[in-house]
Amino acid sequence: MHALVFIKQVPDASQVRVNYETGTLIREGVPAILNPFEVHAVEEAVKIRQKFGGKVTILTMGPPQAADALKECLSRGADKGYLLSDRIFAGSDTLATSYALYEGAKKIIELEGEVDFFFAGKQAIDGDTAQTGPGIATRFNVPLVTYLIKLDEINLEEKYVIATRLTEFGQETLKVPIPVFFTVEESLNTLSHSPLPWLIKAAQSKIEILSGENVDLDKNQCGLKNSPTIVKKAFTPEKKQRGATLTGTFDEVVNQAAEKVAPFLNDAL
Amino acid sequence: MIDLIKKDPDISHYKDIWVFVEQTDGKAEHVSFELLTKARELASQRNCHVAAVSVGESVSHLAEDVFKYGAEKFYIIEDEVLKDYRTEPYRDAVSELVVKYKPEIFLIGATTQGRDLSGTVATVLRTGLTADTTKQDIDPETGFLWMTRPTFGGSLMATIFCPKHRPQMSTVRPGVFKAIPLDTQTNGEIIKEKIDFSEEDIVKKILKKVISSEGNVNLGFFDVIVSGGKGIGNKENFNMLRELADLLGGTWAGSRKAVELGYIPQTRQVGQTGQTVHPKLYIACGISGAIQHLVGMQTSEIIIAINTDKDAPIFNVSTYCIVEDALKFVPKLIEQLKSMQSIRRAL
Repeated sequence: MHALVFIKQVPDASQVRVNYETGTLIREGVPAILNPFEVHAVEEAVKIRQKFGGKVTILTMGPPQAADALKECLSRGADKGYLLSDRIFAGSDTLATSYALYEGAKKIIELEGEVDFFFAGKQAIDGDTAQTGPGIATRFNVPLVTYLIKLDEINLEEKYVIATRLTEFGQETLKVPIPVFFTVEESLNTLSHSPLPWLIKAAQSKIEILSGENVDLDKNQCGLKNSPTIVKKAFTPEKKQRGATLTGTFDEVVNQAAEKVAPFLNDAL
Repeated sequence: MIDLIKKDPDISHYKDIWVFVEQTDGKAEHVSFELLTKARELASQRNCHVAAVSVGESVSHLAEDVFKYGAEKFYIIEDEVLKDYRTEPYRDAVSELVVKYKPEIFLIGATTQGRDLSGTVATVLRTGLTADTTKQDIDPETGFLWMTRPTFGGSLMATIFCPKHRPQMSTVRPGVFKAIPLDTQTNGEIIKEKIDFSEEDIVKKILKKVISSEGNVNLGFFDVIVSGGKGIGNKENFNMLRELADLLGGTWAGSRKAVELGYIPQTRQVGQTGQTVHPKLYIACGISGAIQHLVGMQTSEIIIAINTDKDAPIFNVSTYCIVEDALKFVPKLIEQLKSMQSIRRAL
């Protein structure tokens, strides 16, 4: 069994503040974290390995400091981390990113062997696009299961999985052949504590760096100038003002509140 | 998957605005009509036409509504392989239509299905996709589509465009634009195409579909969300939030704290590590408003917060602030709303 997990190091969006005077994000002092959904992707891949054997490989694209996020994955039980890092990738939009990660993953398959399970988070908390995972799955032309909440059954002999995902109206359970690409929800699993040997191994492990030269790349599909989408401008939304406090006696406040929500009253009998 | 060689690289050949009409069991999603309404406005600025596109087992009956909301053409593929939504056959069917008819702009609702579909279609077509937009404008000079979307959980807005690739693709949040039918009924043209694959070619099989309002629910689908936090005190007390949500035709949810305390399942968590929501009405009960919660709900249209602490951060993003104990306030509010409801029904 070989699982390949795509991860992203992101600024902790909850700690990013906005400077309303300059209209920019204040990133100073904001910690870089492993995208929270991908923590669960790594957890699931490691769980599969504990049951069936095999290995878990991690791939990310980013600057050299993204190695920290890979180290965290190793401490959570992954076997090996690869960092795809090159200035040629700078400014990539989701299409260019999925291309680079696809080529990086092909290199990993060459080095580490065929992949049974591809994992990524359902989206990254900085961009919230939910596009890169589906993009990579499409390039590999493997079946895609987004919003994964449960792996009901894994059958490596007959090469299929039964998986449950969230839909607009509830959930659906799918039978899908291996290899398969999952993007995962946080509710997929609860995180376990890493045993000490994993932490020690992670601290001693070396992250493998892949540059543009190591990977078979079409440079015309990489980076800012080959990205179809261009950010024209970024601006801060109008700052929300604290609204009116409803005042009066308790009953008066109840009446005011009822008036505010009355337009939504369900009139179906 | 389609062969990209078939795709016309000359972007001047791409014309008109397409809207993807999402349907489940033959019933169209409301967001599709919202997008058709917006597409009419964009088309008048761009001086082009509006068309709708839908694929499924049976979709031609949607034509009347689709034309009523302003589409002049309705491109469809009907095949039993397309009965239920599955990424790969939908991706290939929709991509075939785009390659053949070359729309300049392609809008899709940012629903679970729409976001799943758009990411794969844009990759097949090797074009740009802007996710989860809340504003669309045509640049009067270049005619390009400007797409604006929130990032960093709504802390920053970005305007994005796609100058050299076609179609310009974007998913649009449900509820951002109003759906307004045309004044006069018009008849459009239905254009039917076929797919060249069959069920044997599709490796993914659906074993079971569960329609659920309990645990796993897509909160983004609701106009009204009644949400509770630590202040709700226990699991049983969430029943009053459910009751209020039912009265308002909405659903219930909670903060991360409520999940940690075991009051609600994680699948109903609003916030950075849960779901991001933007309903018309969000009622926050006993939620103090940690930033991780605020980034998941601060773009809601109307926010009513009920909290005993007058300085709770939740009030900083609220439309109406109620400094009361939610446990005492909500039952009274339910009582009041029920009596309003009976009066309405009696009249």
